[in-house]
Amino acid sequence: MGMATPKETQFHVLAVDDSLIDRMLIERLLKTSSFHVTAVDSASKALNFLGLVEDMASEIHQDVDVNLIITDYCMPGMTGYDLLRKIKESKSLKDIPVVIMSSENVPSRINRCLEEGAEEFFLKPVQLSDVHKLKPHLMKSRVKEEQDQQPINNKRKIKEEFHSPDKTRVKCIS
Amino acid sequence: MDAGQMKRQWVDYIKSLFVEGFLDGQFLQLQQLQDENNPEFVVEVVSLFFEDSERLLKDLSFALEQKGVDFKKVDAHVHQLKGSSSSIGAQRVKNACIAFRNFCEEQNTDACLRCLQQVKQEYCLVKNKLETLIRLEQQIVAAGGSIPTMELSF
Repeated sequence: MGMATPKETQFHVLAVDDSLIDRMLIERLLKTSSFHVTAVDSASKALNFLGLVEDMASEIHQDVDVNLIITDYCMPGMTGYDLLRKIKESKSLKDIPVVIMSSENVPSRINRCLEEGAEEFFLKPVQLSDVHKLKPHLMKSRVKEEQDQQPINNKRKIKEEFHSPDKTRVKCIS
Repeated sequence: MDAGQMKRQWVDYIKSLFVEGFLDGQFLQLQQLQDENNPEFVVEVVSLFFEDSERLLKDLSFALEQKGVDFKKVDAHVHQLKGSSSSIGAQRVKNACIAFRNFCEEQNTDACLRCLQQVKQEYCLVKNKLETLIRLEQQIVAAGGSIPTMELSF
């Protein structure tokens, strides 16, 4: 990843939703707000895109620059909540703001996501006014990234990290 | 009819769809997301909705015809249909799905079958309405006009 090169000013959002209609919608909403968008239809594809390969013991930090992840909660296989947890457990990805979307207004679900580190929880159908709430989180991350880009303390080297979908297994590996 | 008259017809028609509850504010959101760079956005999403719904309704019929009905599966299909109808603003379809899910929970096959009929009916109605609306839009554009930007004031 080019450390010294200035970043594009456009923010890159990764949208995750198994519904094609909702993916079209979120993509249009985000693009209308001048975001660069990558949309995938599953949490596992999202993890692949982010460089976190499931079941493998190492995490390769790629040249993928994602500034925000917005994901549906209810998805077959890995849910948006599972995705959120995996991202927050990852050293290289945990600072990427994550937003959860759901068609169901379940307070316990909302709280769980916020407690796990989600920045926002949007009820579907997502509105333009919701998307406008994203910019502050992105600005905050960008400021933090710029502060992190110290010449000596370069955190962007390729890291190796032991990952496991099940926390208890990590103990056995080490 | 000139473009101006067609536009007024379009406005009256879409207003009636809101008043009768076929569409809700979400449909206006879709219109707002359409612009010169994405002039076909609404048609694309609506077409997707038709395809998606028809597939789901088939799957629902099939699932409910089984000897041992898998209510989890039925509920999953209804959840999907509820989601997509909500996303495009097809209010009556969405509401019919909400009622449907309650009966899935109760695992009541007969009630589910009745709900399915209800959902099918609402779907057919809104499909006709949307097709009419889109036809009107195409006529306006063909006559050199542009689709009015709606603001919900009713």
